[in-house]
Amino acid sequence: MSDLKQLLAAGLGQIEQAESVQALDEVRVHYLGQKGTVTTQLKQLGQLPPEDRKQAGQQINEVKTQLFAAIQEKKTTLMQAELNQKLMAEAVDVTLPGRQQAAGGVHPVTRTMQRIIDLFSQVGFDVVTGPEIEDDFHNFEALNFPAHHPARAMHDTFYFPDGHLLRTHTSPVQIRAMKTMQPPIKIIAPGKVYRSDSDQTHTPMFHQVEGLVIGEDVTFTSLKGVLNQFVNAFFEDDLQIRLRPSYFPFTEPSAEVDVEWKKDDGSIDWLEVLGCGMVHPNVLRSGGIDPEKYTGFAFGLGVERFAMLRYGVQDLRNFFENDLAFLQQFSDAGAKP
Amino acid sequence: MKFSEQWLQEWVTDTGTTETLMEQLTMLGLEVDGVEPAAGAFTGVVVAEIKTCEPHPNADKLKVCQVAAGGDELQIVCGAPNARVGLKTALSTIGAVLPGKTPGEVFNIKKSELRGVVSHGMLCSEVELGISQESDGIMELPADAPVGADLRDYMQLADQLIDVDLTPNRADCFCLRGVAREVATLNQLAVNEPAEQAVAETTDMVMDIDLQAPAQCPIYGSRIIKGIDNTQVTPLWMKEKLRRSGLRSIHPVVDVTNYVMLELGQPMHAFDLHQIEGGIVVRMAKDGEQLQLLDESEATLTPEFLVIADQQKALAVAGVIGGLDSGVSAATQDIILEAAYFDPATIMGKSRKLGVHTESGLRFERGVDWDLQERALHRATELITEICGGQVAPIKVAKETAHIPQQQTIRLTRDHLLKVLGFAVADEQVSQILTALGIDNQFDGQTWTATSPSWRFDLAIAEDLIEEVVRVVGYDQMPAHRLASTDAIRVIPEAIRQWRHLKQQLSDLSYQEVINYSFVGEKQLTALGLDQDVFALANPLNQDMAVMRTHLLPGILANIKANLARQNHDLALFELGKVFSKSTEIQQEDVLLLAKTGQQAPEQWGIHGQKVDFFTLKGDVESLLAAVPGELTFTPSALAHLHPGRQAAVHLNGQVVGHVGQVHPSMVQKMKIKQEVYVAEFAMNDIQHMVLPQWQSVSKFPSVRRDLAVVIRDAISWSEVANAVKSSLGDDQGLLNELCLFDVYKGDNIEKGYKSLAMAMIFQEKNRTLEDKEVDKLVSKAVSFLAEQLNAEIRS
Repeated sequence: MSDLKQLLAAGLGQIEQAESVQALDEVRVHYLGQKGTVTTQLKQLGQLPPEDRKQAGQQINEVKTQLFAAIQEKKTTLMQAELNQKLMAEAVDVTLPGRQQAAGGVHPVTRTMQRIIDLFSQVGFDVVTGPEIEDDFHNFEALNFPAHHPARAMHDTFYFPDGHLLRTHTSPVQIRAMKTMQPPIKIIAPGKVYRSDSDQTHTPMFHQVEGLVIGEDVTFTSLKGVLNQFVNAFFEDDLQIRLRPSYFPFTEPSAEVDVEWKKDDGSIDWLEVLGCGMVHPNVLRSGGIDPEKYTGFAFGLGVERFAMLRYGVQDLRNFFENDLAFLQQFSDAGAKP
Repeated sequence: MKFSEQWLQEWVTDTGTTETLMEQLTMLGLEVDGVEPAAGAFTGVVVAEIKTCEPHPNADKLKVCQVAAGGDELQIVCGAPNARVGLKTALSTIGAVLPGKTPGEVFNIKKSELRGVVSHGMLCSEVELGISQESDGIMELPADAPVGADLRDYMQLADQLIDVDLTPNRADCFCLRGVAREVATLNQLAVNEPAEQAVAETTDMVMDIDLQAPAQCPIYGSRIIKGIDNTQVTPLWMKEKLRRSGLRSIHPVVDVTNYVMLELGQPMHAFDLHQIEGGIVVRMAKDGEQLQLLDESEATLTPEFLVIADQQKALAVAGVIGGLDSGVSAATQDIILEAAYFDPATIMGKSRKLGVHTESGLRFERGVDWDLQERALHRATELITEICGGQVAPIKVAKETAHIPQQQTIRLTRDHLLKVLGFAVADEQVSQILTALGIDNQFDGQTWTATSPSWRFDLAIAEDLIEEVVRVVGYDQMPAHRLASTDAIRVIPEAIRQWRHLKQQLSDLSYQEVINYSFVGEKQLTALGLDQDVFALANPLNQDMAVMRTHLLPGILANIKANLARQNHDLALFELGKVFSKSTEIQQEDVLLLAKTGQQAPEQWGIHGQKVDFFTLKGDVESLLAAVPGELTFTPSALAHLHPGRQAAVHLNGQVVGHVGQVHPSMVQKMKIKQEVYVAEFAMNDIQHMVLPQWQSVSKFPSVRRDLAVVIRDAISWSEVANAVKSSLGDDQGLLNELCLFDVYKGDNIEKGYKSLAMAMIFQEKNRTLEDKEVDKLVSKAVSFLAEQLNAEIRS
């Protein structure tokens, strides 16, 4: 019996000391292999007296079971260690730069325009567009600009030799919409517009978003309400806006809208951001809409102006220089400085 | 329109602080553009009289003056050429503080020594006091200026000059009378009209007026004043008011006409009576008629100009500027004053044509009060005779009533007012506002019946009155309401690609959007051979922006060039915008241009640079059009601006929808772009439709792959090979799930003029597993077909 105990102790010791799966296997063969010491003892059971065989068999089997379990346990441990070692050999330098795809993006004017469209779409404005080469009727006459009116001179129009012109505002879309739609009308019209003016604060082409709402209960106070909400939503801030009387031939009453803006030095300034008003009855008539029954409001805003305020762009001309170093600041991949 | 706050306060007392006034003006629709003080911030300057004036012993250009300034006489050294005995001028005493040369800087006057002579102060020019931008010497004050008086008090310099930016409809506010009316209405104050006194007539001389163009000039008023004292000068108070409105003092008569214009709004003109032959004729100019203008420029007129003439010649361009010869001069003794009403449309644009922008032109082209002429003549007479004396003749006015603007009768109902505004204004307040603005009105409990005043050209309909009411009530007092909503959920067609989705997709494909001007230089288009049916602007800003773009390529190539110059060598750009042309009809359609150049991926470790080539762009096109309905095919094309061997027409179901290719190397070279540029171009209309997904069953059975390599003549295109493989399968074509080309090889072991194509044929059946035998049979069909039809040799 003491033999068996010694055998078990020696076996467990060798298992514990095995340093590799292979060494462990050699220990297994030594004890539990076909010619292993434990196996040999089991084979020799028959030589014992019959009354001792059962007990001795049980004892040997118990040793066998313990050794087997210890080997299994040790094997798992050794395999885990070997795997870890192998994996550690595969370690990478996690600070190496990540695999880069070239990154694209939309132009900041597009980004701003889409934001404006999204905001108005929420409350049921449809997007419509119109041609950029317009005729005098849609750009001026139908919008209640009389011939020779000084307001025309304010527009610095690009003309073509045949009398066509590049639209000076998105307002011609109002006329086109009225002629094809029935009230209630609720549209915005984004697009390019042109003025023959070029300096630090003017580019000969820029973008506007026109808004037009016509219905039976469209009022000046609702115009103020819509613009209030829009400005606060666009800037995600509770900004004061101020409507102040102005003049556009196609609206009456007319207003310019100023936003109370906190400047870098902390002072507050009123910044002009858009023009608006109640659609002039002559314009409704030009669009084939009965001014006795319907009223409407319209507004027009400069997209670049909103983009400059929103993103802090200093120079309007940047928008059309198409320098990637500028453009990529507005893409989702390049917005972080 | 710039005016002095003090002057306004003569018309409306108690206008509050300058800040309040500015805020009120802006909120009335007279936007304040700026405000500046009437003089620089100085102290310690007094009225002084030069008693003696001797040459400086040590300096030729300096004088030593003894000056009376209230106390003991002071010795002052002065270098001004106009320093002389008896002159009343401005003296900065010791301790005085003058404005410095830059804002915020100050200049302290101390006792000083100039070339050995002590000076107890400094005689000042208007520039030094911040009163004027220019001066020829020290100030010349009137002879009756009180010696020793503080100059600020004497000249009443505690005043602000307010500049308002008037909208084109508010010509009535180009005068103190108009601005006063607005401010008084808002604050419910009275307007103090100046006390005007008609001057008794002392001569009966009148001049005939012949209104030959009554539609252009329906009212012409005139008055002769004879024997004025031309030695008199314009009084300080008038000079100051003119100065504070931005006008220079010229001559007492001219100053008075300008003063009346600023005060009442009537531009006037004064002729030297002796330059007029026969009588006044108001007529259209003759073609080519010459006139030397007051600014000494020579004008050549056309019949669209209205002129004031005599029997012989043109004297003045009506409403814009007088002629040099007929104007008043220092020697003039007898004058004839003009106060007329000219049709705004006739005057409109004439200043610009002549290149002379005058106060008169500005007012007449927007409309002058047509009931003001006689009053203006009276007022001018009063002021001229006060300064220069003279014998006054009767006023003569020629009028053609039919052409005088009609007063409008406007009806406004309470309901309409509420319907437009969305909030109620009390009836009494409406009546009161209209009345205060000079709009006569009656209210019958429902309707205001109002008459537009002679000075308003912008009141014709009810909405015009509504604006008057609401701007006086205050836009800021108006509530903000929500829009009543009647919205339905609207259809957004799923099978149409919205622009934003297209742009997002391109951005995901690594393209950066650019936006270029829609006009380019014609040369840019010509260089690319894209100058057919160019539509040119009549008034371009410059030659580089002279014609509408027929293509997006010039813009994008310019962007590529500019970004390459900034060391960005790997570029992927797109633009979506209109291009324009005109043959018989004007075309303006939305097109899309993609452009790539440089490396496909940014430079980095672990990826070997692969340059953008035709197939990069083709791949992007395939991705972009994957969901557009129809079979996508590419065939060689022949556009002049693309590389002749590297371009293809893009077809959808056989219809050409665009092109892809390399920009012609010689064109790129001309622009000094030193790398290959690949582009793809589409008309937006052709690619905006999308397939609406339709479910199809997915096979659960395994697919079988067989690889095949063939050697074939180089001239045979892949699409011919692919089509041959497909058609070889006949009715079993449906089993070929995919034909994947995985290698194209030319070189060692392949005969020159031949290429090796390696492809994988992947077969799959929907409802069972394919057997090897079947697949082998299909492959051998393809192999023999390729051999027969295309002389392909199978590589093993």
